[in-house]
Amino acid sequence: MNVHEYQAKEIFAQYGVPTPKGIMVESVDAAVDAAKELGGPIWVVKAQIHAGGRGLGGGVKLAKSLDEVRALADEILGMTLVTHQTTAEGKLVQKLYIEDGADIKDEFYLSVVLDRKLEMPLIMASTEGGMNIEDVAENTPEKIITIPVDPAVGFQGFHGRELAFGLGITDKAEQKNIISFAQKLFTLYMDKDAEMIEINPLVRTGSGEFLALDGKMGFDNSALGRQPEIAAMRDLTEEDADEVEAAKYGLSYVALDGEIGCMVNGAGLAMGTMDTINYMGGTPANFLDVGGSANAETVAKGFEIILKNPNVKAIFVNIFGGIVRCDRIANGIIEATKITNVNVPVIVRLDGTNAPEASEILNNANIDNLIVGNDLGDGAAKAVEAAKGA
Amino acid sequence: MSILVNKDTKVIVQGFTGKEGSFHAEQCIDYGTNIVGGVTPNKGGQTHLGKPVFNTVSEAVKATGATVSMIFVPPAFVGDAVMEAAEAGIELAVIITEGAPVKDMQMAKAHATKHGMKTLGPNCPGIITAEECKIGIMPGMIFKKGNVGLISKSGTLTYEGTNQVVQAGYGITTAVGIGGDPIIGLSYNQLLPMFEADPETKCIVMIGEIGGDLEIQAAKLIKEQITKPVVAFIAGQTAPKGKTMGHAGAIVSGSAGTAKEKMEALEAVGVKVVVSPAEIGKAVKEVLG
Repeated sequence: MNVHEYQAKEIFAQYGVPTPKGIMVESVDAAVDAAKELGGPIWVVKAQIHAGGRGLGGGVKLAKSLDEVRALADEILGMTLVTHQTTAEGKLVQKLYIEDGADIKDEFYLSVVLDRKLEMPLIMASTEGGMNIEDVAENTPEKIITIPVDPAVGFQGFHGRELAFGLGITDKAEQKNIISFAQKLFTLYMDKDAEMIEINPLVRTGSGEFLALDGKMGFDNSALGRQPEIAAMRDLTEEDADEVEAAKYGLSYVALDGEIGCMVNGAGLAMGTMDTINYMGGTPANFLDVGGSANAETVAKGFEIILKNPNVKAIFVNIFGGIVRCDRIANGIIEATKITNVNVPVIVRLDGTNAPEASEILNNANIDNLIVGNDLGDGAAKAVEAAKGA
Repeated sequence: MSILVNKDTKVIVQGFTGKEGSFHAEQCIDYGTNIVGGVTPNKGGQTHLGKPVFNTVSEAVKATGATVSMIFVPPAFVGDAVMEAAEAGIELAVIITEGAPVKDMQMAKAHATKHGMKTLGPNCPGIITAEECKIGIMPGMIFKKGNVGLISKSGTLTYEGTNQVVQAGYGITTAVGIGGDPIIGLSYNQLLPMFEADPETKCIVMIGEIGGDLEIQAAKLIKEQITKPVVAFIAGQTAPKGKTMGHAGAIVSGSAGTAKEKMEALEAVGVKVVVSPAEIGKAVKEVLG
């Protein structure tokens, strides 16, 4: 789960990680009031959406008067921002963050991420602040320093020294500031079950302080149960509506741009089904994992979500029944077609426990549009054929 | 022969009396797994499914001599359960539970390693030695005994792969589900050498997916240490970037962790890579002749 910049900065503030002062607003008038409260003389008006590259997209601008704040707030609020991290349709800006301008001497990059190979958090830092870090990694990898921190040991003095010297910070007061900054950031990373924190840029001010000018945070979805404050920060308007709806029913859904809807049990088989459709010359319209306990209700909901997509010309239901018996799933599919109006061909492949009984149930049901697939390859081929014929 | 578990392996169940634990423990017992007891705090002294219940893993190990624990406790307690098993002297913890916080797994896995305990999972179907010992949630009846070893990140692809191996006229020595979380226990690089050393295993099927680089590391190990034929499938060739595909670890970050790079790395070291799981059976037939 991701949060907005203003929310990340609220969390930073709780831990004493320095940030410029700012206020989140949802209207132009409130933006001007916020600017008055902050005092000026310069402000930054920032679009709040869950995507990077907001500045380049025109969603972050500097104001030197209250009139400029008003004009910029009016311009940015309600605009649709397209960045390299959004879809081509972009994202509607519904919230702004009005922030004090900072006295920037230079810019750094600092992040904490999970290193899957080392199986521990990794602090990444660079003197190349404000740049796309993937480009820095590609072109000048020597400019990125990486410091793994074993959570059982925690952030030690030497981690801090590696960071400060690695960034070429030689002034003792400044060293103390950056080390304290990173230590607090690491503490909150662990405390809040964060998956990723990225500060780009982290700025050094004229007086040698370090400030998080931006803040991006993602959290481990599996830990939200014990992080109620974080869970409450979720902004559903930033997420795909169909994915959110699917999740309510225990379905894991991701929309794609092809023509064959897929409904599968298990994430691996769901991806494998998409790959097989592609291999057979078709295009998958979605990823959909119905989970381990596919029943009539979840299958019906799955049909409903898949059919919302007007590009879908056929649906391939691919279930490998393990503990769940295929005959029960077959009955579930038949019931589901009664609940939801399915107006495209449905190819059903059921394998595993009680598969022959399941085929018989499906064949005897005499449902128009229902085609039985004998195995994964056969089912996928029939789905591709049906989509072409449609 | 087989790897890691066989009909003599003594198994306990953590989270024994819960709904999931009970259901699957019973299925395992029916399969023939030597389940010698279970652990549920405050239910010690009771009998469940005809087996003794203990309050702690340490009591259970002392009383039964169990070496493997199958873990079904709720996600928030997985880290705790794994560390308890490690300190009690369990040799292998098979973690079935889905949704354990990543931070807990970092701590628990490091602790397990310190105590010399192997872990499998979390969020995995478990491990099965065909017709001998099932420790997990897979449908036992599809696993016919044979000479193919199987390693998979995905549960249902374990079943799909196994089914095809069996349809092609072969069978399974041991099948291992390693799970699709960001941090997992035993993986390809620990399991491939075990299959290499198992005289009964003649061919290895490895099923991976997008995200992380375990399959790339496996390619390096295969080049250096594995002489047996390997058939591989990597799920997610058609998955979009930056989206988590069901499994918490199945995500292409930036340009890293794509199916393409994994398939190329494996192909380069002589692995028979198939583009669809529907081809696994055929590929096994080809390499085994």
